[in-house]
Amino acid sequence: MNRIQKLLQEKKDIFSAYFTAGYPHLEDTMPVLEALQEAGTDLVELGMPFSDPLADGPTIQKSSEDALENGMSIKKLFEQIKDMRKTIDMPIVLMGYFNPVFKYGVEAFVAKCKEVGVDGVILPDLPFDEYNDKYQQLFEDANISNIFLITPQTPDERIKLIDANSNGFIYMVSSAAVTGAKSGLSDQQLAYFNRVNNLGLSTPRIIGFGISNKETFTTACKYASGAIVGSAFVKLLAEKGADKVSINDFVKGIKDTSEK
Amino acid sequence: MSDKSKYQVDENGMYGRFGGAFIPEMLQPNIDNLKKVYLDIINSEAFQKEYKSLLKDYVGRPSPLYLAKRLSEKYGTNVYLKREDLNHTGAHKINNTVGQILIAKHMGKERIIAETGAGQHGVATATACALMGLKCVVYMGEVDIKRQAPNVARMKMLGAEVKAAQSGSKTLKDATNEAMRDWICNPEDTFYLIGSVVGPHPYPDMVARLQAIISEEIAWQIKEKTDKEYPDYVIACVGGGSNAAGSFYHFLDDERVKLVAVEASGMGVSSGETAATIAMGDLGVIHGSKTFLMQSDDGQITEPYSISAGLDYPGIGPIHAHLHDTKRATIISATDQEALDSALELTQLEGIIPALESSHALAALGKMKFKPDDAVVITISGRGDKDMETYMNRFGF
Repeated sequence: MNRIQKLLQEKKDIFSAYFTAGYPHLEDTMPVLEALQEAGTDLVELGMPFSDPLADGPTIQKSSEDALENGMSIKKLFEQIKDMRKTIDMPIVLMGYFNPVFKYGVEAFVAKCKEVGVDGVILPDLPFDEYNDKYQQLFEDANISNIFLITPQTPDERIKLIDANSNGFIYMVSSAAVTGAKSGLSDQQLAYFNRVNNLGLSTPRIIGFGISNKETFTTACKYASGAIVGSAFVKLLAEKGADKVSINDFVKGIKDTSEK
Repeated sequence: MSDKSKYQVDENGMYGRFGGAFIPEMLQPNIDNLKKVYLDIINSEAFQKEYKSLLKDYVGRPSPLYLAKRLSEKYGTNVYLKREDLNHTGAHKINNTVGQILIAKHMGKERIIAETGAGQHGVATATACALMGLKCVVYMGEVDIKRQAPNVARMKMLGAEVKAAQSGSKTLKDATNEAMRDWICNPEDTFYLIGSVVGPHPYPDMVARLQAIISEEIAWQIKEKTDKEYPDYVIACVGGGSNAAGSFYHFLDDERVKLVAVEASGMGVSSGETAATIAMGDLGVIHGSKTFLMQSDDGQITEPYSISAGLDYPGIGPIHAHLHDTKRATIISATDQEALDSALELTQLEGIIPALESSHALAALGKMKFKPDDAVVITISGRGDKDMETYMNRFGF
């Protein structure tokens, strides 16, 4: 069992944060990870910046551009996180586009993930069939969870197929949108969450896209094992940098369900 | 032509080891849907009737196959120019947009989005949308909007909304990213009208089929004009590669016909300022397709350079990567200067001002050896009106 599977078995209302590696400054990757853990984050999606992030909105596009400008690369990222398991216990998922991983070499990439203690990978533009055909065995042998996305437009049959081939969680995209689009969850979106929940899937879901504050986080948690805050957190980093106190306030402000 | 050709797309959307549909799940239902219907629509009698009638009466086809006598004399062979520059809107792009707009209508889509670099595909899309009364949004890099003011004005006059792509290098590849983002956000009513044989399957195949009219005409025109059954050479420029795909299409399985694609090498293949993707690129995934592309060691897509805005795409259509791989086509390259020289040469020998893109194809004449009785077809993909500013600057007129 990897850290993702263990977390999802043990916890509900999982608070997950996304940020782009090497942003706002090249060496901020580890400090931000550590601050997120200290603030009580359950799981982190660590973004590998790409020149052409076609599923991302302006906030994450900008962070990717800046990170690349700073000199971030997959090679650099693995150097930065090579000793992360000395301090970081949270499950870590690397998220990015397929081309840089393909260029690095998928086998070498998966081996390196295993070596440094990465638990999962999200590559939105690696299609299911291609993964199934060429890479599934490789990921499974290394005990790295490949996380698939589903959207309101994904047909039930395909969701079931994805479920049968997943072993971490399913990333439930809340609406037809790129990252950082409008906040708030409509009745239509809640109906979609219910539809998916009624499919009797074996893989837990975490909701992402449009989760930016306590209200949306709390609502999403009613329909899934947890939720992911991405653009809103990247915005905070843009404004405050890798500042421990503001990261702590941000996470607590969304996650803390004790104050009603 | 048989669909079983080894140079054609297979049932998995692959051209050999190239192609496929590397797209985020958000686009999957749209792509699946298009994949399901596009062949039935294209092969239907209703579509063919409407498409062929628009090509004839609106686009002005067939485009002439013209024996360029003085140019032929100079190079000691027989040069036939396929005059796509004489099409309505001035380039081959309209063949594709008229076809895709009919497909969009058959699918009940109400809103058309497109990407454009220099603005030629944007203008051709806006034209087709005006013709059909459909809403049109064209994404164009902020840098290109500034460089191509007349085409921006043409699109607006045609009723299109031109949206600036402000991310990345603010050029064609970023405009393509923006169009894909729009499609992700508007999956129900919107049709993405891609301008070249690039993007996820089925786009490369769909666009190639719609441009195939070029080679369909060459095939009968060459018999009409000569005593030959087929041309010895077909030469076309390649950026994404739609006019080349269309020029080659009906000859793919006739190996007697030599196919030549000319890339833009900008300041020179190894100058670092080039768009010669086959020469300088390596395997990767761009805009949903596995193909050769220009990228850094870290897999970041790099900005190509060419004097011709229509050829500076960092990838190449998967069909051309496959034609190169199988050695079915010869891929050569021409520099900015060679293209400019060829443009001037054609203009002064034949009275035809070609687009800078097409001038790269013409540059092949000086780079290859032809026999006196060869029939050499060169596709003039577009006219040079849009490039007059460059010509004025470079030639000092």
